[in-house]
Amino acid sequence: MTPPEKSPDRPYATDPAPVHPYASGSTPVHPYIPNSVPAVRQAMLEAVGASSVEDFYADIPEEIRLRRSLDLPAPLRSEAQLVRHMEKLLARNTPASRTLSFLGGGCYPHHVPAVVDEVMGRAEFLTAYAGEPYEDHGRFQTMWEYQSLMAELLDVDVVNVPVYDGFQAAGTALRMAGRVTGLRRLLISGDVDPDKLSKIRDYVRPDHEVVLVPADPATGCADVAALRAALAQGDVAALYAEAPSRLGLVDPTLPDLAQLAHDAGALYVVGCNPMTLGVLAPPSSYGADLTCGDIQPLGIRMSYGGGNAGFIGANDDERLVSEYPTRLFGLVPTDVEGEYGFGDVAYDRTSFALREEGKEWVGTAAALHGIGAGVYLSLMGPQGMRDIGETILAHTAYAKQRLAAIPGIEVPHADAVHFADFPVRYTGGRGTAEIHADLLERGIFGGIELAPDQALFCVTEVHTKADIDELAAALEEIVK
Amino acid sequence: MSAHPTAGPVAPEDARIADKPALRRFHQASWDEKLIFELGSPGERGVLVPAVDPEIAEALGGCDSGGTVEIPAALRRRTPPALPEIGQQQVLRHYLRLSQETLGADLNVDVGQGTCTMKYSPKVNDRFVSDERIAGLHPLQDESTVQGVLEILYRLEGLLKEVSGMDRVSLQPGAGSAAIYANVAMIRGYFADRGEAGTRDEIITTIFSHPSNAACAKTAGFKVITLHPDADGYPDIEALKAAVGPRTAALLITNPEDTGIYNPRIAEFVDIVHAAGGLAAYDQANANGILGITRAREAGFDLCHFNLHKTFSTPHACGGPAAGACGVTDALAPYLPRPTAEFDAESGRYWLDGDRPHSVGKIRPHHGVVPNLVRAYAWIMSMGAEGLREVAETAVLNNNYLLHKVRQIRGVSVPYAEGRPRVEQVRYSWEQLNEDTGIHSEQIGVRAADFGTHYWTSHHPYVVPEPMTLEPTESYSRTDLDEYAAILAEVAREAYEDPETVRTAPHRSTIHRVRPEALDDPAVWSPSWRTYRRKVLGV
Repeated sequence: MTPPEKSPDRPYATDPAPVHPYASGSTPVHPYIPNSVPAVRQAMLEAVGASSVEDFYADIPEEIRLRRSLDLPAPLRSEAQLVRHMEKLLARNTPASRTLSFLGGGCYPHHVPAVVDEVMGRAEFLTAYAGEPYEDHGRFQTMWEYQSLMAELLDVDVVNVPVYDGFQAAGTALRMAGRVTGLRRLLISGDVDPDKLSKIRDYVRPDHEVVLVPADPATGCADVAALRAALAQGDVAALYAEAPSRLGLVDPTLPDLAQLAHDAGALYVVGCNPMTLGVLAPPSSYGADLTCGDIQPLGIRMSYGGGNAGFIGANDDERLVSEYPTRLFGLVPTDVEGEYGFGDVAYDRTSFALREEGKEWVGTAAALHGIGAGVYLSLMGPQGMRDIGETILAHTAYAKQRLAAIPGIEVPHADAVHFADFPVRYTGGRGTAEIHADLLERGIFGGIELAPDQALFCVTEVHTKADIDELAAALEEIVK
Repeated sequence: MSAHPTAGPVAPEDARIADKPALRRFHQASWDEKLIFELGSPGERGVLVPAVDPEIAEALGGCDSGGTVEIPAALRRRTPPALPEIGQQQVLRHYLRLSQETLGADLNVDVGQGTCTMKYSPKVNDRFVSDERIAGLHPLQDESTVQGVLEILYRLEGLLKEVSGMDRVSLQPGAGSAAIYANVAMIRGYFADRGEAGTRDEIITTIFSHPSNAACAKTAGFKVITLHPDADGYPDIEALKAAVGPRTAALLITNPEDTGIYNPRIAEFVDIVHAAGGLAAYDQANANGILGITRAREAGFDLCHFNLHKTFSTPHACGGPAAGACGVTDALAPYLPRPTAEFDAESGRYWLDGDRPHSVGKIRPHHGVVPNLVRAYAWIMSMGAEGLREVAETAVLNNNYLLHKVRQIRGVSVPYAEGRPRVEQVRYSWEQLNEDTGIHSEQIGVRAADFGTHYWTSHHPYVVPEPMTLEPTESYSRTDLDEYAAILAEVAREAYEDPETVRTAPHRSTIHRVRPEALDDPAVWSPSWRTYRRKVLGV
């Protein structure tokens, strides 16, 4: 017997095509398509007076008809077969969550409380769409509560229904600042993640010039003198900074930047990790006009980067609220006393209402992640957010201390406070790629490669002292 | 002793339960639930988190501010966030009550959403994505540890290439509108590289396309030209001819449009734009009825996009996360968002190609909404070519069957293209009913909710008066469609015979009619608990 042919496109093409025992002809009944029952199909055709479904395609010209079958793998019709197929694929993944992993950098390994999974998995929330207040009251209330819980965490008045992710939130917050000020230049302070910067550059390109002002290499903090000089050139719509920075650094100069920006007529936009806000000051408290970021840390699974969702916070200033492109749910009365009603605040801002005359665009984005983050914040409360912040700060400081003590490793700006992420520099002659390959051999997912001799490590509340000690012991053996 | 003292012989007719009524006696759950901020009491906890290990605290030596690490004074939070403090079961109960007050597609005949092709999202696919081997993956893990998910991405691209006929597909956009934006960004990059960034600055779209086509084009810096329908409802080809020229960057068009009418001259539209030097991008949000029937490639398009949550069955999740996919020809492939998933035949390894110098860059962090990519992959694999064809044919059969039933309802009309079939959906009009009774489409939707169905009311701009868009997809049974049509017929009957019942709806909802006036007034609008307390309650 000839062995079955395999190719990357069809590695499982040899799985036998199943035959449904009750299949009739070439159109077996499909469990997801009840009206594929031949008799039902026939009766429906007769009801509408059509001889076949071809009648309905009469307007599609012959020249553009596909008169062949799509060239796709044979279907895995039974659920059991599909599960077997998917199992083969899933078996080739080793989840970071079940490994000793120190990967962070914008997608964070945090514990997800079981109640968050339970609520996010509810079919009502999982499968609802754009329902109206009368059949989807719960969805409206949940999203409004998410907005309100985030508003308390961020210490702002207004938070939008989530946008796609933190990159989008940064891009939109900067465009909002541009529309409010009518100015062109955007100053980006510090070393922003190159992928995020790529998104921002692309997104603001038609209206804005992006000016990067890298961090002061001596301190890792904002280069205040360079920022002041850049602001002095005028036409600056916004000054953007991050708290903590891409490298996890909590920059004490952040409050000073607010004054600089405002004195120059620019808005101060701060990207922040919301997980820090039980212990770190919310950016609004030191002058941020817009606060943006990603809620993935708040109870959303990493899912290979699928867990992101973005927030934009502002005070209840009509100029700013009017510039949100997304939906904002508001609380209003109903005809019956004591009932809460919900609806869209200033719907006419949106492209749903005004097409190209609306603000940017709005469509399906990431609402369920907002629901998850709302549940997370409800469970955590103020004390939970404080506790987790303290633990992460302590774990980060301890990991820095342990790694900095290893010959062949330096921790830049080790005296600064870092939250979750922190950078290391390998000085022992071996490169990042080699060291990380050796870590992987030991079952440890090392940090993210920043440069041939630098990496970004991350610890959160899920790590233990033993985990950090194990990493340190492994690095001690392999960095030189 | 009997638990029922009155129990005794019963005549069979008294034991018989009457048949169910024609329309179900639905009532939406109504818990009269408080806001989350009104629950709990100070000190309650919903979850405990790991405390700082005493040995770590000792190693760090503590600090004066109460924590183990001293935070710069200006960056220390001084007032705790005013989050509620609630025990775990009370949090769970609150959210489960709110979930019950939400009518997901798993619970109702959801065909009233229209324009968005929601379909059944198989439960087995949810299992794959809640599995730790997807949910627990970090996007920057070493490629050797994620061969399974990379293979899924690679293979899904291959499936979508065949479904669209395009040469390459990016799976990175977070949803359909993000995919439209990605297409526009690629178009912009393409012309910039040809030195035409300054001259090709117009994008043409149609009024029946999703608002995001116009809005994304504008956001990306293009001037937007909108084609309106001709007398038959097709985009006006004469208007297109008048609009194209050396400034034309692209046409963004849906076909069938949200009316459900297929434009038979679509290839001619593409040719006209190509002749003027522009590109043509196919918004395939409405692809469900044409899977395996016709493709972007055959009609000559340069780019297309799919909404994976619509056409390829991932759940809508109250408004996302969804997932989008962009298909392009070889000429546009260099501009695709990076990275792309690739396969190296020699080593048998899958890998990520981030080295794409002409790429528009990142449209979203990392690799897209991977859980939905996994679901879409599993769904297509369970269907195969034959199944996708079955999906399309059944979707159009269901649509034309529902059209046949709805046509018989008094007060409804089907504007445009009289006598022509519809593809996967129909935009109806209640104009006649409105003239006869004063009842609006929106009120019909509210009353329909009393029968346990969803009916969407946003169709801006209202080119079709008193619009209603129904899109039954392949997921609904004949009985489901009969039920939905019967509900509409009943509400229409009420509009004529008992309009007060419709006008005063909802009657069986979680809440009574919302008073929306405050939503547009900055003095009182309340997008958060704190704004409501301050502006409305004065506390």
